[in-house]
Amino acid sequence: MDKVMRLASEKGVVIFTKSSCCLCYAVKILFQEIGVSPVVHEIDNDPDGREMEKALTRLGCKAPVPAVFIGGKLMGSTNEIMSMHLSGSLTQLLKPYQTSSLS
Amino acid sequence: MNSPSTQFVSSRRMGVYDPIQQINMWGESLKSNVNLAASIPLIDEAEIKFDSQSEDASHGMLGTNNKYDQEASKPIDKIQRRLAQNREAARKSRLRKKAYVQQLESSRLKLMQLEQELERARQQGMYVGGGLDTNHLGFAGPINSGITTFEMEYGHWVEKQNSQILELRNALNSHIGDLELRILVDDMMNHYSEIFRMKSAAAKADVFYVMSGMWKTTAERFFLWIGGFRPSELLKVLLPLIEPLTEQQRLDVCNLGQSCQQAEDALSQGMEKLQQTLADSIAAGQLMEGSYIPQMATAIEKLEALVSFVNQADHLRKETLQQMSRILTIRQAARCLLALGEYFQRLRALSSLWSNRPREPA
Repeated sequence: MDKVMRLASEKGVVIFTKSSCCLCYAVKILFQEIGVSPVVHEIDNDPDGREMEKALTRLGCKAPVPAVFIGGKLMGSTNEIMSMHLSGSLTQLLKPYQTSSLS
Repeated sequence: MNSPSTQFVSSRRMGVYDPIQQINMWGESLKSNVNLAASIPLIDEAEIKFDSQSEDASHGMLGTNNKYDQEASKPIDKIQRRLAQNREAARKSRLRKKAYVQQLESSRLKLMQLEQELERARQQGMYVGGGLDTNHLGFAGPINSGITTFEMEYGHWVEKQNSQILELRNALNSHIGDLELRILVDDMMNHYSEIFRMKSAAAKADVFYVMSGMWKTTAERFFLWIGGFRPSELLKVLLPLIEPLTEQQRLDVCNLGQSCQQAEDALSQGMEKLQQTLADSIAAGQLMEGSYIPQMATAIEKLEALVSFVNQADHLRKETLQQMSRILTIRQAARCLLALGEYFQRLRALSSLWSNRPREPA
C-alpha cells in the first residue's frame, strides 16, 4: 500500500499497468494523444507486484489495472478515464501536466 | 484344307467367361476331322474380342472358318454372336454398377465427415445467420444458450425500438410539452442501456459473436467497430440534423466528437496490440512442433481480454449518448434520438433491399 501511494505521488500522472494488459496499453495511448507522458509502473515486473495488486484492489480499483493516479489521487480504471475524457474533465485535470501542445 | 490357324479367333475382347462355352462355339463352327486340342489357342479373356461387324475383313475370324463349313454354321454363328454380345453387355453393366456403388460409398463417407465438422464448428460457437433479414443461411441451432437468449431478446428490442421511434416522431410532429417529451427521451435512453446490458451478457457467452456483430444486418455490419457502431461517426452524421445549436453547444459537441475519436483510436490500438500478442502466443515455440497445448492456454487468456475491449467499446457508445443528452435541450435530444433511430432503420432497410435485389443470371 505504501509503495503504491509513494509511487503514485512521485509524479503528476502515474499509471499502474501489467505488461500483458492491452487495455492498459490503450489508456497509455490515450494519454499520449492528450499530450501527457505518464509514469508507467508495470506491477507484473515489480518484485512487490502481488502486494501492489492487493493494494490497488483495496483502494477501489477492481480491475486492478490500469490504475490511473492524477496529482496523487486515484481517478479509477479504464471506465472512469473514458467517461472523464468524454465529459471533458480529464483534459481539464491534465492541463498542468501536458508536455506537448495539442492541435 | 483345314489348318489350325484359320480356326484361331484372333479378334479381341469377346468377353467370354466361359472357356468351355468358347470351346463349344469353336467346336460348332468346326466340323469333324479337326484336332480340337491342336486348334484351340490359349484363351486370354482380355484378348479375345468378338467383332460382329467385320466378319469378312478380319484374319482368322469365324468368317474364314465359315468358308470351310459356311452353310451349316451361319445360324449358329448368329446365336453365338448374340450370346457373346449379351455377355459383353452384362459385363459392362456390372462394371458400371460397381463404379456407381463406389461413388455412393465415397459420397457417404464425405457426408459423414461434413456432418462431423459441422457439429464441431457448432460446438465451437460458429454461428451463421442470426440477423433479422432474410439474407442469412440460418443455422438456427446454436448450442450456446446465452446467444440464443440474446437473439431472441434482440428481436423484441428492435420491435420496441421501432414503436418508440414512431411514438417520438408523432410527438415531435404534434406539439407536446417538454415534460412529456422528456419521458419519451428517457424511455429511449433506457432502451439503449438495455441493449448494452444484453450485449455485455452475450459477450460473456461468446465474445466472437459480439465482436463480429452476428445479430446485425449486412449493411450495419459494414460499419462495424469492436462489436457495434463507431460513436464519433454517428456524431458526424447527427450533427447537421440537430441544428440550430448555440455556440456553446456547437463547441461542446465538437469537443465530444474529438474526445470520442481519441478514445476510439486508443481502443483500436489496444486491439491491434491484442491481435499481435495473440498471434505471438500462438506462434510461440517452434511452429513445426505439431503439438500446441501450452500455446493454446496462453492464447485463451488473451481471448478473455477481448471481452473487456467489447465492454469498453459499448461503454464509450453509452457515454457518448449520455453526453449528448446533457449538451442538448430536451427537444434537440428528442430530434437527435429520432434521427439516430431512423438512421438504423434505413440501414436495415438497405440490407433487406440488397439481399432481395434482382441478380444477373450467371
